[in-house]
Amino acid sequence: MRRAVRWVPALAVAALVVAGLFPIYWAAVSSVTPESRLFQTPSLVPGRLVADHYRALFEQRNFWIPIRNSLVVAGATTLFSVSVGALCAYALARLRFRGKPLILAFVLAVSMFPQIAIVSPLFIVLRRLHLINTYPGLVLPYLTFAMPLTIWLLVGFFRQLPAELEEAAMMDGAGRLRTFREIILPLSLPGLATTAILTFLYSWNEFLFALSFTLGPERYTVPVAIALFRGQYQVPWGQILAAAVVATAPVALLVLAFQRRIVQGLTAGAVKG
Amino acid sequence: MRRRERRSGAERREARLAWAFVLPALGVVALVAFVPLVGTFWESLHLHDLRMPWLGRPFVGLANYAEALGDARFWSALAHTAAFTVVSVAIELSLGLALALALNAAYRGRGLVRLAVLLPWAIPTVVCALLWRFMFDSESGVANAILAAVGVVPRGFVWFIRPLAAWVPIVLADVWKTTPFVALLLLAGLQNIDPALYEAAMMDGARAGRRFTEITLPLLQPAILVALIFRTLDAFRVFDLIYVLTGGGPGTSTEPISLLTFNALLQDLRFGYGSALSMIVFLVTFLLALGYIRVLGASLTGEER
Repeated sequence: MRRAVRWVPALAVAALVVAGLFPIYWAAVSSVTPESRLFQTPSLVPGRLVADHYRALFEQRNFWIPIRNSLVVAGATTLFSVSVGALCAYALARLRFRGKPLILAFVLAVSMFPQIAIVSPLFIVLRRLHLINTYPGLVLPYLTFAMPLTIWLLVGFFRQLPAELEEAAMMDGAGRLRTFREIILPLSLPGLATTAILTFLYSWNEFLFALSFTLGPERYTVPVAIALFRGQYQVPWGQILAAAVVATAPVALLVLAFQRRIVQGLTAGAVKG
Repeated sequence: MRRRERRSGAERREARLAWAFVLPALGVVALVAFVPLVGTFWESLHLHDLRMPWLGRPFVGLANYAEALGDARFWSALAHTAAFTVVSVAIELSLGLALALALNAAYRGRGLVRLAVLLPWAIPTVVCALLWRFMFDSESGVANAILAAVGVVPRGFVWFIRPLAAWVPIVLADVWKTTPFVALLLLAGLQNIDPALYEAAMMDGARAGRRFTEITLPLLQPAILVALIFRTLDAFRVFDLIYVLTGGGPGTSTEPISLLTFNALLQDLRFGYGSALSMIVFLVTFLLALGYIRVLGASLTGEER
């Protein structure tokens, strides 16, 4: 009985690892399987491996264009929202002023917005400004979820910093602004990095706005390009899966490199909240 | 007395700096999120069809809302969304809780577990949808092959042409992508519980089942609530997953409310009607979120004062 109880968690964890990683493994294996074999009964171990699908992806479908678009849009969104959001989050976490609870509630409320609720006016405004199918036309809508996310995460990080350091700096006559620049910012670099990574992930993965505000392949982001993949006669599964692997690669690399930090950021924002 | 005045001067300076820090970010959020929301409401009161510009944009009051409420497709989309939300969130929470308990008890392979948890969460939803579509493909799908081998479905079973069966890959994909995240949240909650409580309960002779219901569940309640509300709001606005997996088909039998709204806006270009649908989605989410802010906002602002 006791032994059985001890084995249950281990088995559950093993099942979790297999279930979590198998679909990704399967996509990766299928993306290097010849097209003809993809439509036979599947076998778990790969046979002959080919790079055909990847070659077709970049040579025929110019998949580097959506990659470039996604990098530009997600990068600009991240840069802007982290730099503007850091100031706001610092004030909310550390400075004394009235109206703080209200502002936090407002930020939280906006982060709960269903995106579809603002697609129609954004489309009309962006069209009037001739920003449909442009980079700014995506970055601006992306700020609706990126700003609240960065503010929310950074408030959590700034609160964890020891208050004594700031007090010491202030006693030495450094003003708030200098304290922020010289004490707080360097100390919170890990927090800023985590926030930037998470913001980048959300922007890289975003679909609804990108689908609504782009018109053609020259401005599609990676998720839109993949979702709208069409073959001439049948579903080009090989190329789709190769594209899926390419779309997942940067995300997977970030997760691999920063997994501990990401878990901290995610759970701190939600559980502490 | 003089000291007090000087301090309040410093306080005023601090408040001024705080507003200087806060306003740019708040201005941006208001401009890109709040103003458009008012715009959606305003649009929803008009007849605005981008394919028929000669009609202009006449004010029609609540006619768009009346049309939505009288449309069977709207009600079935709402029902699909509600059913999807209830079913997937129920599975994700109970499975997530079980996994969190297992993770809390297990010692080995933490790194691998973290990876298996984070990867599904981090990959684009569009990619997730494609993976599951591929696995449930009638000819070459590996899930199909396994299910046929076990005898659950006949060989070559086509999931995506059946109104009910088409939901299976959708729910599974959602569970696969989000359960790990729920488990992670609950695990963080579990690790906050003081182990001394369990030791004391063991000394008093409380059995495992009782320790779970008397200590774990009550103390985990805040984390469970957070996960519940997060997931509910997320599931209610499901779009990417279904757009790619079934496109709302067969017919409109897997169409959620956000897809119906998207089609009204960007396929039919009926901006007035689509905006009314958007407002309805917003209102429902808002009501759900009110609960969230009640629970979380209270504890958050309480911490500061």
